Amino acid sequence: MALGAAEGSGEGTSLLPGAPAPGSLAASRRSKLLAGPRGVVASSLSTAIVLAALVAVFLAAPGSHEVRHYFFDPHDIWESFVGDPSKGLFSVGAGFVLNIELCLVAEVLILLLSLVLALVRLSRSSVLFPFRLLGTVYSDVFRGVPLILVIVAVGNGLPGLYLHGVSYWSLDVYAVVALVLSYVAYVSEVFRAGVLSVPPSQLAAARSLGLSHWKATRHVVLPQAIRTIVPPLLNDFISLQKDTAIVSVLGVEEAIRNAGIFSSTVFNYSSYIAAAVLFLLITIPLTRLTDWMIARDRAKRLAGGW
Amino acid sequence: MNGQPPEGPPAALSLEGVHKSFGANEVLKGIDLSVRPHEVVCLIGASGSGKSTLLRCANLLEKIQGGRILLYGEVISGQQVDENKVRRHIGIVFQSFNLFPHMSVLRNITLGPTEVLGLRRREAEREACQLLERFGLIEKKDDYPDRLSGGQQQRVAIVRAIAMRTQILLLDEITSALDPELVAEVLDVVRELAASGMTMVIATHEMGFARDIADRVCFLEEGRIIEEAPPAELFSEPRDERTRRFLRRIVEAGRL
Repeated sequence: MALGAAEGSGEGTSLLPGAPAPGSLAASRRSKLLAGPRGVVASSLSTAIVLAALVAVFLAAPGSHEVRHYFFDPHDIWESFVGDPSKGLFSVGAGFVLNIELCLVAEVLILLLSLVLALVRLSRSSVLFPFRLLGTVYSDVFRGVPLILVIVAVGNGLPGLYLHGVSYWSLDVYAVVALVLSYVAYVSEVFRAGVLSVPPSQLAAARSLGLSHWKATRHVVLPQAIRTIVPPLLNDFISLQKDTAIVSVLGVEEAIRNAGIFSSTVFNYSSYIAAAVLFLLITIPLTRLTDWMIARDRAKRLAGGW
Repeated sequence: MNGQPPEGPPAALSLEGVHKSFGANEVLKGIDLSVRPHEVVCLIGASGSGKSTLLRCANLLEKIQGGRILLYGEVISGQQVDENKVRRHIGIVFQSFNLFPHMSVLRNITLGPTEVLGLRRREAEREACQLLERFGLIEKKDDYPDRLSGGQQQRVAIVRAIAMRTQILLLDEITSALDPELVAEVLDVVRELAASGMTMVIATHEMGFARDIADRVCFLEEGRIIEEAPPAELFSEPRDERTRRFLRRIVEAGRL
């Protein structure tokens, strides 16, 4: 237990985890392979040491007190989360519900339109040539323009046109339109790559049975493509969830906008921490799920299965 | 009915002066081949001689650049032909099985009948089960392809092709990707199909099998049919020097 004894001194106050660290780091790497009780102890200890060191650096920093007050005030975090109508403070929690709604509505549209765009760009029919060309131009442009510019252009540009209908939608609708415009350009590429990853022999086998190109795509190619692209689609979904925060520039009353109102009224940034925690509550489980699916898929393939 | 020869009933499948190139590489240099109904024709020749390409062209998976292909006397190689309709009559089985990995054995077989022939799911499944029963695969019907041996997968692929009630079956080196001990079970299926009167064109490296099953054997070299004859004749008294040379190499390799 020489290791444990050395660790005792490292935990707590020391800012220099140098002495025990090399041994325990090596142990933590081995613990993944060994997975025995000794490995678990060693990796827990080294984790505790690293965390303790980070906290110690934060606490020892000259401005630590101010930062703790302006960003991590528990009272302000809670007050911004629930909101206070009497003081004109919108709730970050209520705003976050709108973030989730924007994200879900946008995601459904993104998946549908991306699939259509991908299939158009993959088609070889000469009738579809102009659409193929348009699709390529669209995809190039919108992958190259920062999302915040798309949001501003749609949110401020469309109303400025005074067009019947289009110019009188609510801000929430402009937010969804902008997110969809920007994301379809990326996600359609994911679909396209997925379809291209299915061996051509699968399409040939389906066509040889007399299935039309579309039926072969629908029954044979797409199901196999979608299986490989679920993890990247989830990754894009996670970043969409985060990017709903950017629509705050239009004044959509979502979590970040409400957190901003709180901070400029009360002069405390803890409201942003409240928003950050809410985003993390959604994105961390999704990230874990994505990693788990990738690992499961890899294990399956290594075992020789489909 | 175009191109029907004046004498007798039309061939089930015929190729007339078929040319096929991939870019500058001419793979078929004028193939003439006529297959009568219920006939079994084996194509032999070295890898790259054009056997597989010939079969893929006959199934319209490849477009030909010259000549024409006829199915029961009707030209099927033109622009106006509905290739999906043609493929209902001509099935093909590939070297690498190409089963659909996301579907059960049963669904692999019923996909064509339900989506192309318009059969009801239940009817298609009944027919599929009869075929699986006939070829000793019925207990595998709910398994996914990755659970099957190569031999079983290839037998399922054959069943999938004939479940389309196909009249002509093209077999493209269907045992080349199999472990040696799995070859026999697949060849037995082909023998049974031959006995039941299926018209077949078989590209193969199994010379013993070709000698047993074929009504006629064609030797291909560099995109041309060099010699064609009944197997007894072609294997024992090949006339062309190139055929002799090929068969000598096969014998030296212990494959005949």
